[in-house]
Amino acid sequence: MRLLTHNMLSCNIKGVSNGFPLRLEAEKWVEKEVELNADFLRGIFPKIEWKALAGAARAIGYDQLPDEADASMLDSDDFLRRFHHALLELHVEEGALVCPETGRRFPINKGIPNMLLHEDEV
Amino acid sequence: MGVFTFVCRSSGADWSAKQLTGDLEASASSTYELQRKLVQAALAADSSGGVTSSFSMVSPCSAVFQKETEARKNRVMPRPEIQAPPEIFYNEAEARKYTTSSRIIEIQAKISERALELLALPNDGVPRLLLDIGCGSGLSGETLSENGHHWIGYDISQSMLDVAREREAEGDLLLADMGQGLGLRPGVIDGAISISAVQWLCYADKSFHEPRMRLKAFFGSLYRCLARGARAVLQLYAENMYQSEMIMTYAMRAGFAGGVVVDWPHSSKARKAYLVLTCGPPSMQTSLPKGKGEDGEMCSDDDESGDDESQTVGIYDRNRPRKKLKVNKKGKGKEWVLKKKEQMRRRGHDVPPDTKYTARKRKARF
Ligand SMILES: C[S@@+](CC[C@H](N)C(=O)[O-])C[C@H]1O[C@@H](n2cnc3c(N)ncnc32)[C@H](O)[C@@H]1O
Repeated sequence: MRLLTHNMLSCNIKGVSNGFPLRLEAEKWVEKEVELNADFLRGIFPKIEWKALAGAARAIGYDQLPDEADASMLDSDDFLRRFHHALLELHVEEGALVCPETGRRFPINKGIPNMLLHEDEV
Repeated sequence: MGVFTFVCRSSGADWSAKQLTGDLEASASSTYELQRKLVQAALAADSSGGVTSSFSMVSPCSAVFQKETEARKNRVMPRPEIQAPPEIFYNEAEARKYTTSSRIIEIQAKISERALELLALPNDGVPRLLLDIGCGSGLSGETLSENGHHWIGYDISQSMLDVAREREAEGDLLLADMGQGLGLRPGVIDGAISISAVQWLCYADKSFHEPRMRLKAFFGSLYRCLARGARAVLQLYAENMYQSEMIMTYAMRAGFAGGVVVDWPHSSKARKAYLVLTCGPPSMQTSLPKGKGEDGEMCSDDDESGDDESQTVGIYDRNRPRKKLKVNKKGKGKEWVLKKKEQMRRRGHDVPPDTKYTARKRKARF
């Protein structure tokens, strides 16, 4: 799972009103280099919750993102590179996503978060 | 050899079924469980081979279940949806097929390409963030990756996801049940495809499953996570009219506009139905494209011989070679159907009588 996906996921347990962001507990992660596409980054930027991205990146040891960001930064190649790296090149392999409201843990195994809900959570 | 017809009734949470002419019967706590028992009962009474079956609701608490055994040559397996829940049906062996069968790979790729085309993303070469719902082993997602897009795949089967990982699917994979809702922030997704998966929601696989609630949760969450004006294209195999109407109803209730595009409507095998849904107010974009082969253009639909391994995927794709298309230009009229029926009768098969309805034109549906 990349941080792109983490940034979109929100806990949907019945009754939870603010399931975002899921706290990332990472035990193992890998880096995979992919080509940078500035158009994609500019398109997705307005949809990104920056604080959550920066926080998740920090949780896996990448602290090169600014605490805050606005669209004007997209003109900087340096910013784009960091944004790209955090969003698309870091893959969480083992760990868990934790619901901020209920504390329910969704385990991540072999890179795949298990988001299945129990019968009483639907 | 023959047809088994059961009348099914529910009282409270339980379902029971009685054979119309005969004394087979069964009862169970869900329609899914009931169908499975009936298939087994019928098979035990007549082991002449595979079966086809259909379950049609007559009212919320009654239904007719029909099961037909066929000669070995035309053997068809019951729909996967009534054999077992998806996370069980798509076990390691089944998931393996999705990597080793070049036929399945090719068919799923063709359907995915068509779905992507129907998504009608802006033609500007910019990668988008898409969903692949019921992504399985990643065949459909591969098409998205090849076109440069990023995707998040949902699937309920661990075995299928394991294969997807092995195949180095480029999208992110989630082990999740679409019937529980997608769990995404609002308005963040640029488009969604789903290939041969959504019909699974029509079956109550657990005693606490309520297909209507699951469809509602699925479509509601899909609508919310899509950006305004974004589309979802769902290719699906509904078992009957009742199911397709139910699926459509919940899509519309969630707020979607759109409809069904049917490619090759006149072919029983190549026929593919795509639910094309648009999020947000109707616009120019909302008008539906035409299905392939909608007006007389034919796609070959040969005898179903030599195919006793059955999948929920059709055999022929929409891009038949030209030559084949021409040969079948005339299609199969009433005459052809009557001839075939006579042939089957001579071979001792149980064939419905010929009436004015035989081989009539049918309305497009999925
Ligand atoms: C016929 S396969 C198609 C897989 C893939 N889309 C492809 O084209 O190769 C259908 C998939 O839907 C998945 N599925 C069925 N019900 C589901 C549910 N409720 N939630 C998520 N996935 C489901 C199954 O596990 C299976 O992998």
